[in-house]
Amino acid sequence: MSTHLNYNESALTSDSFSQGIKDCIPTLLGYVSIGLAFGVIAITSNLSVFEIFLLSVLVYAGSAQFIFCGLYVAGAPFSVIIITTFIVNLRHLLMSLTVAPHLTRYSPLRNIGFGTLLTDETFGVAVTKLMKEKQLGGNWMDGLNLTAYITWIASCTIGGLIGKWLPNAENWGLDFALIAMFGALLVLNLNGIGKSKLMHYLKLIALMAIVLYALLYFVPGHLAVLIATIIVATIGVATEK
Amino acid sequence: MSISLPVLLLMLGCALVTWVPRVVPFILVRNIQLPDVVLRWLAYIPVCILSALVLESLFEAEEKFVTFDWLNLLAFIPTLFVAIWTKSLSKTVIVGVVTMAILRLLI
Repeated sequence: MSTHLNYNESALTSDSFSQGIKDCIPTLLGYVSIGLAFGVIAITSNLSVFEIFLLSVLVYAGSAQFIFCGLYVAGAPFSVIIITTFIVNLRHLLMSLTVAPHLTRYSPLRNIGFGTLLTDETFGVAVTKLMKEKQLGGNWMDGLNLTAYITWIASCTIGGLIGKWLPNAENWGLDFALIAMFGALLVLNLNGIGKSKLMHYLKLIALMAIVLYALLYFVPGHLAVLIATIIVATIGVATEK
Repeated sequence: MSISLPVLLLMLGCALVTWVPRVVPFILVRNIQLPDVVLRWLAYIPVCILSALVLESLFEAEEKFVTFDWLNLLAFIPTLFVAIWTKSLSKTVIVGVVTMAILRLLI
């Protein structure tokens, strides 16, 4: 009984806006460095600072924004840019599907808010939280999401301004921040899995490497990520004991 | 502070196709109970998608063959050790960025 009370208590204290902000802080270095890098690159792709600001407000997705620049500067047709953006961001569908069942007790409007601000990074932080505490709170989600969103918009815009003044400001090691962050989130997620299941997951990751490698011969990277995830997750369910 | 109408429309189009996949599950899941097998499948998504994102950045698709992105792979090794050792997001990111900066300086 007392453990049950304690559990509820700790769950309640963790659903605060400020705790969401706090849990977002470790990811901010990733947002800032990628955002700055994006701003600098977008300027070299002939976007104005205002367009950079607008793109980060409207699209709010790192990889899609980089690809937008690449296609835009290459003069790709608008239909190609929109379809590519759709495919690149389709992985969010899987992420939303994963997170949404834990937030159904909130109003439709708040749920639309949770979904609108879902990114790879906030998804990573949210599922890590889910792994540890088995539930998610709405205030915590809002704190996490808004902190990430505002930081992203500010970083991209400042990056654009830097790019305007320092045309050759290459991203030193900053582009690696994203990969390092995903690596850390992966380790944190595996850390929450029980010993008996860990072996199963490690085998799935090895399989992921093979599937992804093979797919990269046929499709671009972002599509390979999407297809490989669907294949390996399905094999995961089929082979679990 | 200028933007042409076609570019604005292009950005709005990109925003729409990004928004729909993000939001639709949040609306659907409220109204339908997902079957058990789907929930179990979704439990695999975090690790699968995170490992896919990491691994994809370690490969490099060249003209004929898919090879390793050696620079990323080299920087990822100490980064992974720090992640496992410290279990800290910020420390891992800092070590990753610094390692990459040093590697770029040396190579």
